[in-house]
Amino acid sequence: MLSVTNLRKTYGSGDQAVEAIRDMTLTVDKGEFVCIVGPSGAGKTTMLRCLCGLLKPSSGTVTLDGAPVTGPPKEIASVFQDYSRSLMPWFTVRRNVGLPLRNRYRSTADRAERVGTALDAVGLSGFGDRYPWQLSGGMQQRVAIARGLAYAPEILLLDEPFASVDAQTRADLEDLILRVRDDTGVTMLLVTHDIDEAVYLADRVVVMSARPSVVLETVEVDLPRPRDQVTTKRLPRFAELRTHVLTLIRRTALDGSAPTPDHHSTIGERR
Amino acid sequence: MLRTGLRLLVPGLLVLLWWTTSAGSTSPFYPPLREVLAAFQESWLFARLGSDLVPSVTRLLAGLLIATVVGIAVGAALGRSRLLARALNPAVQFCRSVPGTALIPISVVLFGIGDGSKILVIAFVCVFPVLLNTVDAVRGVDPQLEDVARSYRLTPVQRLAFVLLPAAAPQIFAGIRTALGIAFIMMVVTELYAATNGVGFVTLSARNSFDVPQMWAGTVLLGLLGVALSALFLVLQRRVLRWHIGMTERN
Repeated sequence: MLSVTNLRKTYGSGDQAVEAIRDMTLTVDKGEFVCIVGPSGAGKTTMLRCLCGLLKPSSGTVTLDGAPVTGPPKEIASVFQDYSRSLMPWFTVRRNVGLPLRNRYRSTADRAERVGTALDAVGLSGFGDRYPWQLSGGMQQRVAIARGLAYAPEILLLDEPFASVDAQTRADLEDLILRVRDDTGVTMLLVTHDIDEAVYLADRVVVMSARPSVVLETVEVDLPRPRDQVTTKRLPRFAELRTHVLTLIRRTALDGSAPTPDHHSTIGERR
Repeated sequence: MLRTGLRLLVPGLLVLLWWTTSAGSTSPFYPPLREVLAAFQESWLFARLGSDLVPSVTRLLAGLLIATVVGIAVGAALGRSRLLARALNPAVQFCRSVPGTALIPISVVLFGIGDGSKILVIAFVCVFPVLLNTVDAVRGVDPQLEDVARSYRLTPVQRLAFVLLPAAAPQIFAGIRTALGIAFIMMVVTELYAATNGVGFVTLSARNSFDVPQMWAGTVLLGLLGVALSALFLVLQRRVLRWHIGMTERN
């Protein structure tokens, strides 16, 4: 279980200080799919960097199964937003996916096997010997996802993973992620600014305010699984949930004043 | 076929020009090309190849290799550590401002006229282009890649070998290429000052003994050697940076 308590992050100091995150508290249970959604400019990436130990919070704590996170934990794998900058262009797909496994598997045969399984899982079996820049954007992001999966994490963190691909590819990748989650049971924490995406994917949606960010509300998504791009999105409940989240986000995006957590939720259930 | 012909056209014309203007030359300092070629054949095909060309090229490559290793190692350290860079920058700037040729007398006095002293001078002068390019390249590595490396818990050695140095490689290669040019100049210059063998030494001795065709022949050999070295370097670079060339061509 990943648990964040009263996380606060300020950049700089004195007059120049920028408060990116004021107060965020949330938990992600094992096997859960949680989406963090917020307006652009909310400290979403900052938040994720704090969660995976890349950034030290100004105050508050992040714990993983009770142990404080002080650096990148081996139980967490990350998929970064910009695939073109997160894959090593000098390595083939296979070597990219295998790179993080060097410290985990001594034998190259074991590594190759894990890499093969991960590439299978994202439908890139035949592409191991290609270079990332020879692939389309969607395929590159699948390589990045395969790299995360091969690492065999408890939690996969995804930072706006589908922000730079076209709409069709995006839908395909969303379904890929859902399938992977069903197959592996890995806990997913995905950050996005896309409300539809958040509602479509998540068990719970954590709605962040504009900067300085707080948790506005945590919305339970009680849509049936397995989800489907057409039938799920046609459900009245889907529309209700997305309208609710959209309203929260529009309010915080338009309202310049420092937000406070909303304790009166009518539609979602606050945690 | 046509392209090869086009590339050989101008060199061919220049040789022809040289041949015709020098054919009837009576000046002892501008001998007919015929005589220069005869001297070239006599010395460099292949009598002095082992005794003079090989030592020259060996010193050049040894100096360049040392410069590359030291330049990358120190450059990577300076690129990573602001503190180290601040501390060493004035010294680096001073050392690289000293003209390489000015170091030869000191090197000869301290280390004699053997190979070691020449290799040292070549290495000293060549280290800076490699070093400065490495510093710049390492500093410019995308922070996103470093996030990836950290979050997947790569060890410092793995980060260096699999992330930093490959990312910096294109720029490092540009530095080595500059260094190669300088190394070539220093190779000749070190042999002109105090030496017992080498292409530069043979060429200068020829002048001193008024064997002018031999002097010209040595200079022609140096030109050919320069072309060959930079062609070989390009082949190596294409091999190592295949990914970079492929990626650049694609975008």
